[in-house]
Amino acid sequence: MTPLLLKRRFMDGTSMDSQLRWLSIGLFMLIATLSVLPSLRLLVEALSHTAFSTSSPMAEVLRSERTWTALRNSFYTSGLGTLIAVILGCGFGFVVTLTNIRGRAIWVFCFMLPMMIPPQVTALSWLQLFGPASPILNTLGIAPALGSPQPMYSAEGIALLLGIQSAPLVFLALRTQLISLPQDLLEAAQLSRASQFRIWVDIILPLCRSAIIAGAALAFVSSLGNFGIPAMLGIPAGYIVLPTLIYQQMAGFGNDMLSQVAGLSMIIALLVLAGMLLQQWLQQRSCYALLGHTAQSLSFRLKQWRLPLEILLALVLCFILVAPLFALIVSSLVPALGMPLNADTITFAAFYEMIGRQGVTSRAFENSAFLAFFSALVLMLVSLPLGYLLMRLPMRTRAVIASLIEVPYAIPGIVLAIAFILLFAKPLPFIEVSLYGTLGIIFLAYLSCFLSVCLKPVLSAMSQLDPALEEAAQLAGARPIQRLMDIILPLTAPAFFAGGLLVFLISINELTVSALLWSAGNETLGVLIFNLDESGDSVLASAIAVLVVLLVAGLMSLLSLFAPRLPKGVIPWHG
Amino acid sequence: MARLILDGVEKSFHGAPVVKGLNLTIEPGEFVALLGPSGCGKSTILRMLAGFENVSGGQIIHGDDCLSSSTRHVPTEERNFGMVFQSYALWPHMTVKENVGYPLKVQKTPVAERNKRIKDALEIVQLEEYADRLPAQLSGGQRQRVALARSLVTEPDVVLFDEPLANLDRHLRATMEETFRAFHKRTGATMVYVTHDQSEAMSLADKIAVLNKGQLVQWGTPQELYARPRNTWLANFIGRGSVLSVAAVAPSQYVSGTNLTELICQHSPDKAASSVLVRPQDIHFVSADDSALIVSVHSCIFRGERYDIELTLKDGQRLLAYSDVPMTLESLHQVRLGQAWSLESES
Repeated sequence: MTPLLLKRRFMDGTSMDSQLRWLSIGLFMLIATLSVLPSLRLLVEALSHTAFSTSSPMAEVLRSERTWTALRNSFYTSGLGTLIAVILGCGFGFVVTLTNIRGRAIWVFCFMLPMMIPPQVTALSWLQLFGPASPILNTLGIAPALGSPQPMYSAEGIALLLGIQSAPLVFLALRTQLISLPQDLLEAAQLSRASQFRIWVDIILPLCRSAIIAGAALAFVSSLGNFGIPAMLGIPAGYIVLPTLIYQQMAGFGNDMLSQVAGLSMIIALLVLAGMLLQQWLQQRSCYALLGHTAQSLSFRLKQWRLPLEILLALVLCFILVAPLFALIVSSLVPALGMPLNADTITFAAFYEMIGRQGVTSRAFENSAFLAFFSALVLMLVSLPLGYLLMRLPMRTRAVIASLIEVPYAIPGIVLAIAFILLFAKPLPFIEVSLYGTLGIIFLAYLSCFLSVCLKPVLSAMSQLDPALEEAAQLAGARPIQRLMDIILPLTAPAFFAGGLLVFLISINELTVSALLWSAGNETLGVLIFNLDESGDSVLASAIAVLVVLLVAGLMSLLSLFAPRLPKGVIPWHG
Repeated sequence: MARLILDGVEKSFHGAPVVKGLNLTIEPGEFVALLGPSGCGKSTILRMLAGFENVSGGQIIHGDDCLSSSTRHVPTEERNFGMVFQSYALWPHMTVKENVGYPLKVQKTPVAERNKRIKDALEIVQLEEYADRLPAQLSGGQRQRVALARSLVTEPDVVLFDEPLANLDRHLRATMEETFRAFHKRTGATMVYVTHDQSEAMSLADKIAVLNKGQLVQWGTPQELYARPRNTWLANFIGRGSVLSVAAVAPSQYVSGTNLTELICQHSPDKAASSVLVRPQDIHFVSADDSALIVSVHSCIFRGERYDIELTLKDGQRLLAYSDVPMTLESLHQVRLGQAWSLESES
């Protein structure tokens, strides 16, 4: 992992050009700064005060009743959420992948949408669906009496939304496995006179069991690290989970505050990393060497059950996607919460205010667009040479570096934010510039967090490239950088833009990292929605959220256009 | 034009030797085939010549320049070699013209000259009218011809071929072989051609290096390899024929028919034995003859122009012969042997 080792590895295979050497040294520094440094800083902070005394911050954290309550709450909401995710994800996964249902691509797109919608928007839309002030219930005249509780402000409400948000993860893991099951297996079982039921129990379930467990593990860790949903639904009800506990503690003061928060962050990070390892282990185990032709994947004929099943799927989607989004739209069109929507009350005031009024709203839009655009741009520029160099490394070294890059994305955003605060709380050495309290710190955190999002499609496209294509250019006399520009870049361009678009899509709505790193004048869209809702301005928050959902759906559709030219699996809602 | 010398070239991956002490001298303008079963190291040798791999020991010398040794490595980009890949390696985002012209573009050849040379190269492979197509719009044979044109456009000193016909169907191969032969004649470049198909190597190459398990087994013209293979492995690998165990005889010499019949009769499992190669065309069916061997027919397979007859000798050894007429299984016949070639035992 040192430049020396990298260099030796290169010398092992082919000769190392001076261009390549400088490129690799530069990129090594970059990975070290973006990926390894934050995690290391956190580790140092959490461990440095862990003298074995009862008054150390870590001991204090472990002794505090609040820590254990939050941990218990985290496990309860994430566990229940995972259960919901598994039921939804498996149901959709089996039906959409294994049967001759119509309009498969649309079902997949709609089911994946909740994953891409930012959690604070999901939470906001469900809040608009229920409760006495719900504009949609008021419009329908079925709103509960004033003063009755908002059912979403509860552990179960949090779990439900966590489940819906992470169901696509289970769905994806299952679908990937199911797609690779060859039709032959089914036909062989049919020839052995197995009934449809027996085929399910004896062939299909055993072959995708590990995929389901892996998906569930992923859903669990993603729920554990989720901040937006428990922040919007839990904080008002005083129901605190680990990420929200960190958020609240950051607001407090005290000598040991940062160390204590670092300790808490370590707990989440360890839980999540353990879950990720479990998931990876299971995923590897589930890779049966599947023989046979994969050209045609499994397909059950539904016959007379097709229409009822399609209606059932539509109803479920209505409940988890359409209804809340509809509630969100209705809320954005009423003058104030608690009022019904009709011809007299309908108003676009919230939209005018959002677009027209100078100030925090437009600033947040600008900030988020700026951050998302430049994160995507910088990461695209980095991914190309980085992917190129990684592909030249031996398999094992490549796997190690790829997992290091993955760490900042895998650990919860709140933990990453703490790591960045620790890193940049003091002015930078030598140049004496403080990044803390500027957009710069959020920008760096985004680069660190989303590097793997951008790199993955690029790497996967590069690994599918015939190495002879580059060797042919080498024989033609082209030096590394020329080969990169003339051959590799044009051939991997779709993956490259897909990576950039994914980064843009995720970072423009990002809340968790910026929730801790924002400062006055440096709000992001995610923070804005969160703050507006907290201060009771749900109508304006809804209007912004509607735009955000439109933006997400638009970008997803744009990405779908690239899909035919991309390697399988690059775009989650395709394939 | 310069001589290409491989001097004691070694290559190992993670300590496992793949090429062991290889010595070859390739004269300028020679068409050389590296022939061997898969895993024999022939592709690694080609990749070392191209500069994709460095050598673990020994050196590769081209004219007066050392291209590769344990201390020196001239990068591929600076070697002026051409190469034709098994997968064609055409850049899918460039047209035929751009593919062929890319080496010239890299060398910053003036546009007018570039266009002329692209035209000439495409003319050699008879693809002038396809200049503006993309590779995806071409057939397999056409793609390989574009790759050929690209490899010759810079007039390289050496052109390397990495199993260029492996992805083509059988009737296309014959046409492509003809293209390669014409190409060699016209350019006079030194060519190194890797293949596992012996008939391809025999029909194209001036000289063949046969490799097995990373070692050179024999280096000679196709005629030499066919008539005088060094050992039993090579005798089994090249051409058709039968390797017989006979009574001890000095290796690497021709054995006449009468001597051979004696050697076969003297052979017994408990005595020292040698191996000889008998080609099927040297086996003649005869009616009663004193020096004839008595054989029975084990199998008879129709091959179109003739029948392949597998015969069983008295001691159970099998012998392959050709016949114009079918033969009844288990029927007894007499054969006279022409000549045989005695072999070294496989080390």
